[in-house]
Amino acid sequence: MSATPSAARVVLVTGVSRFLGARVASALQAEPGIERVIGVDTVPPTAPLGRTEFVRVDIRTPSIAKIISAERVDTVVHCSLETAQYGPRAKVKELNVIGTMQLLAACQRSPDVRKLVVRSTAAVYGSSPRDPAVFTETDEPVEAPSSGSAKDATEVEGYVRGLQRRRSDLTVTVLRFANFLGPDVDSPVTRYLRLPVVPTVLGFDPRLQFVHADDGAEVLRRMTLEDHPGCFNVAGDGVLLLSQALRRAGRPSVPVPEASVQLFGGLGRRFAGLSGFSSELLRWLMYGRVIDCSKLAAELRWRPAYSAEAAFADFVETVGDGRTPAQEMFERLTTVLGGSGR
Amino acid sequence: MTAHRRPREAPDEPDVAPVIPLTFADADAGTGSDAGADAEDRLSALLEFLRRRLNGDYEVDEFGFDRELTDTVLLPLVRVLYRYWFRVELRGTEHIPRSGRALVVANHSGTLPLDGLILQVAVHDHARRDLRLLGADLVYQVPVLGHLSRKAGHTLAHPADAHRLLSKDELVGVFPEGFKGVGKPFGERYRLQRFGRGGFVETALRAEAPIVPVAIVGAEEIYPKIGDVRALARLLGLPYFPITPTFPLLGALGLIPLPSKWLIRFGEPMTLKGYGPRDADDPMTVFDLTDHVRETVQQMLYDTLLERGPAF
Repeated sequence: MSATPSAARVVLVTGVSRFLGARVASALQAEPGIERVIGVDTVPPTAPLGRTEFVRVDIRTPSIAKIISAERVDTVVHCSLETAQYGPRAKVKELNVIGTMQLLAACQRSPDVRKLVVRSTAAVYGSSPRDPAVFTETDEPVEAPSSGSAKDATEVEGYVRGLQRRRSDLTVTVLRFANFLGPDVDSPVTRYLRLPVVPTVLGFDPRLQFVHADDGAEVLRRMTLEDHPGCFNVAGDGVLLLSQALRRAGRPSVPVPEASVQLFGGLGRRFAGLSGFSSELLRWLMYGRVIDCSKLAAELRWRPAYSAEAAFADFVETVGDGRTPAQEMFERLTTVLGGSGR
Repeated sequence: MTAHRRPREAPDEPDVAPVIPLTFADADAGTGSDAGADAEDRLSALLEFLRRRLNGDYEVDEFGFDRELTDTVLLPLVRVLYRYWFRVELRGTEHIPRSGRALVVANHSGTLPLDGLILQVAVHDHARRDLRLLGADLVYQVPVLGHLSRKAGHTLAHPADAHRLLSKDELVGVFPEGFKGVGKPFGERYRLQRFGRGGFVETALRAEAPIVPVAIVGAEEIYPKIGDVRALARLLGLPYFPITPTFPLLGALGLIPLPSKWLIRFGEPMTLKGYGPRDADDPMTVFDLTDHVRETVQQMLYDTLLERGPAF
């Protein structure tokens, strides 16, 4: 499928100051075929970007169109979708949805743009007890996400489809990523997993999937260099249950009835500066979500380097291994038994 | 962990791990002179099992099936009911496919769906296969039940799930009657209800899987449903709120199933020869096949019922 004549030469990466954009930019600038990598974001990058040219621009404004036309951008990698809910929700939504609309409008106008790669999220499938166990790319959610970044992503995908209709000559790739894990990833999920005592929803033990940020960047890099139009699920191999993941991380957890989880989250947000529980996160903690990535594996003939298990192990390494009270007790028990057995 | 510091255990570990279910199940079998060494082996196996569970050191598949938990904890619990309470007898176990995909289609009854779990034990113990049951969405909305059901290898009765399991050459179990079957009044016992909308036949045709008809006799008498409180059921969001001779009269005691005698018959697999995946799109074929399977199960049910005789 890879078509060299239309290979990317000038690439625009949005959201370059965050973990995914930064990784993609640094992977792309190492490609000899790519002449220029232009990174844009609303905040300056935290780490040096190398030969990537950083432009501080708000993609909600028409100035993004000026960059695309003036620099003759031929490939746009849009990974600025913000899943976090820090700061006012209205502003995040503006960035996600209005920003994407401006960006897509600029792409539609530009004669140079040939390819668009969009980072979306598997959250567009929602989480409900009436969904099939595993989502494929063609599945529609039983209950469409009604709030939060999942709704933003659904709207973003809708606008991308609109652009595809109007500019059928564009190669458009939409990637639905499972939850990212990695040493520098900061998301509602990583914040949740970092809590000293992790609240779980009483009576629920969801199936979770993770994708390592390195694998995410690698998929975006391949999609930028080669032509793979369509929509693809991206996740590491394998599934972890929440209870299992917390045991592996040695995190003490406390089951809380569903009705009080949001109350606790609200208190935590107000008094302890935590991120609280969005209804999206809560549903994920109850019903989980698993996506089928065989389409991606077949298309790229590639599998993620990190399984969900390995990605999680890497995450545990960065936050530090702990021990649950049960593990502590078990250890004491075996010490006693081992001592008397000798 | 401290367990690793014990010099005797470390080399044993790879050998000990796979036999845990056996040592666990036969915990009362060890007698004789080497009982001491046996007990120590068993203890270390148990400790190793606990260590793995506590550290999350096990695998689940994409449906959430936790084979280790199912084989060592969940099924042994059901097996107690299976052996000593319902005294289950099986007929035609040679018809359970030992390999490859198949759709097991059974009648559903008993007010509470214990028949699924009993069938799972029967298939596990006699064909060494995991029966992957398809459950109602209600199961996955309810706390505790939902995740236990997934850990036991069940999943939602959704065509996508059934097809995915069959395409992995799993043995899938389905009760096409659904709530209509499991919640029917005692007076209608052993009379099959409508077999859904024939979705199971479509699934079998698409996956080119044989259908194994199964008749379960005995489950009808475990909680004889003689009444139904509609208003309470609506309030609780349940399909029915049963009244049985013992429930809610005896409170929690009424939840103990009556010890009926069970007989489960596996029929000859129906290979659906002459049909292909394309026939799944022909509603008339699907209706005909659905009726055929239903009649087969009904006939098996009558025969098995005669063979069993009195219920207790």
